[in-house]
Amino acid sequence: MDIYLDHAATTPMLPEALDALTKQIKEFGNASSLHTAGRAVRKKVEEAREQIASILDCAPSEVIFTGSGTEANNLAIKGFYWKAVEEDLSRNVIVVAAFEHHATLEPIQWLEEHEGAIVIFVPILSHGSIDLDALAEIIKAERGHIALICVMHSNNEIGTIQPIAEVVALAGDVPVHTDAVQSFGKVPFDFAGLGATSATISAHKIGGPLGVAALILKRGIDITPVLHGGGQERDIRSGTLNAPSIVAFAVAAQWSADHREENYSRVSGLRSLLAKKILEAIPDSRINGSSLAMLPGILNVTFPGTESDSLLLVLDNAGIASSTGSACSAGVQRPSHVLLAMGLEEHEVRASLRFSLGTATTAAEINLVGEVIAGVVAQVRAAHEGVK
Amino acid sequence: MKVIAAMSGGVDSAVAAARAVDAGHEVIGVHLALSSNPQKYRSGARGCCTIEDSHDARRAADMIGIPFYIWDMAEEFHAGVVENFIEEYASGRTPNPCLRCNEKIKFEAVLDRASALGYDAVATGHYAIMRESEIGRTMHRAVDPLKDQSYVLAVLNPKQLAGAMFPLGDTKKEDVRKEAKARGLYVANKPDSHDICFIPSGNNAGWLRDRLGSEVGPIVDEAGNQVGEHQGAYTYTIGQRRGLGLSVPAAGGVPRYVLKIEPKSNTVVVGTKDALAVSTIIGESPIWCGVAPVTNTEHRGFAQIRAHGAPLACTYRTTVDSITAVLDEPLFGLATGQGLVIYDGDRVVGSATVSATE
Repeated sequence: MDIYLDHAATTPMLPEALDALTKQIKEFGNASSLHTAGRAVRKKVEEAREQIASILDCAPSEVIFTGSGTEANNLAIKGFYWKAVEEDLSRNVIVVAAFEHHATLEPIQWLEEHEGAIVIFVPILSHGSIDLDALAEIIKAERGHIALICVMHSNNEIGTIQPIAEVVALAGDVPVHTDAVQSFGKVPFDFAGLGATSATISAHKIGGPLGVAALILKRGIDITPVLHGGGQERDIRSGTLNAPSIVAFAVAAQWSADHREENYSRVSGLRSLLAKKILEAIPDSRINGSSLAMLPGILNVTFPGTESDSLLLVLDNAGIASSTGSACSAGVQRPSHVLLAMGLEEHEVRASLRFSLGTATTAAEINLVGEVIAGVVAQVRAAHEGVK
Repeated sequence: MKVIAAMSGGVDSAVAAARAVDAGHEVIGVHLALSSNPQKYRSGARGCCTIEDSHDARRAADMIGIPFYIWDMAEEFHAGVVENFIEEYASGRTPNPCLRCNEKIKFEAVLDRASALGYDAVATGHYAIMRESEIGRTMHRAVDPLKDQSYVLAVLNPKQLAGAMFPLGDTKKEDVRKEAKARGLYVANKPDSHDICFIPSGNNAGWLRDRLGSEVGPIVDEAGNQVGEHQGAYTYTIGQRRGLGLSVPAAGGVPRYVLKIEPKSNTVVVGTKDALAVSTIIGESPIWCGVAPVTNTEHRGFAQIRAHGAPLACTYRTTVDSITAVLDEPLFGLATGQGLVIYDGDRVVGSATVSATE
């Protein structure tokens, strides 16, 4: 039995995307070359760009392909920051939601340590949304000094969707970057309608290939590049375009857009089923994160009296893949900063596990998890108590 | 059996894990993260606790084909080993942290967790031999005298012994390296770890000074005359001769050694070698690796007081809370806090912490 419930980490490639990838990878050419072979590849890349732009309701020129979501976040954060302080040294404040992904927090922390940035965290309310009142206060107090506001579109650990339109309204003319890696393809995400200055999307979270993502950046806005070179992407991102992956990215994006509503209702139905099964089996377990709008596939649960790394081990042994949040580079589990920011106690954080469902998840799989979870939790509880 | 292979990222534990798989056990590899900030304690690929080591352990597990996890034992390690190490030095004793780590971490915290999760044993790359006999399970010296680690395992009680597995005891280190190479494990040529894993610099005195502070105190001779000054009594060890920095020369120029460390008065006492002679060793809190010897009865055996020290022929007696070993030949320089391990031939009888010498 192999039940994969870690789709938020990465999800299998769609057959359509795999076909597009393998077909395009046989087409030889550099999209920046001026000859026929180059133009043929460029045409595919531009079609893919237009397709993604049309799904996002943005202009094709607003799509900047990158090598990963991490790169896109780094580009937005460092790019806006460097641009801001270049124009005005006192615009060195970065406002960031406390529960952002490490791909956002780490570049910001780097700017704080090396480039004089002042970082202000927006607190998180206990149900898992940013505190808009606190954000309003921060914006008022720091008026004229904020280089960038970063709030993710949805949280990767707990699945809550954030009020980005409200953030944009509060921000006024301050740029707003939103990491939409978990939202894109799963819930409505309309770049123009949202009004954010930039957003990150990634292919491998929606059935596209690894190693390709995009920064969506409003037209007319120049930010300082991180990678310097041939200037292939709007002179903002350099590097030979990964045409096969870009083409497959567009195919996955189109499939996700075409099937979004049915996927949403099916996956969110399975999420509710899993939540119900878990709460039935372990009555004192608690679901973390709730908002009016949620990602369909993420379920974060605290199992009191357990250690999540033991839960993961026993579940893995039973063929069930789950996630405990992030690990440092040596692989040591770190207590989730997301759950800590929501106000959970450290022992609760250490007892929490994320299940993330994908379009391939079935009700039979969820039922099987429902059958084994009580035994798994009981075993880990006994282990935890025995050790203490 | 279901076995947890503790994998440090070194060659020994990798081969031990592979052998446990070959023996037909259901094995998972576990790397113990012993520092909450893995780069903090050590850098370079010669110990435990680094990013490189956890990567090496993971790759070895991949190649052996077993699941791999990392267990965060940083808190347990700090409380059970690092703090104990500091406290022992602060009380003028010389602890052996590897003994404590085996006792409190590898065969207590890890073994407890393993058995609670449904595993029967913890396999490590230690060099020691386990045998089943009419007196139950016994532990013996490894065949490779240079690698024998039975000394640092002598803190295991019968229950821990029952849950321990040492697949390498019957093999020489050079053959373990050859086997690792033949198995395609790229850690085959990784250097052995040395020193104390949580003191990356190898400068124990400096590491202790950072934690215990520096307090100047007198170095005196046996008559109580001050002959020098020190920066902290805990940085000395009994029998130490070098680096004393004595300002008053000894009569006749005979070399002087640290005889005693008195933490309360922060005094270090030095004297001549013959004053270091120890003929009786008393250890407290004994742990028996199998059946306990009959108490208050004289037994013949060997005493060992360092990981790679020589076995010293002795007659020993035990009580429920002590071991007294009378050596056939005196020994020079033995600090309290060290581990006293008693052997019967090559069998480990048990161990105790040295509390007094005569």
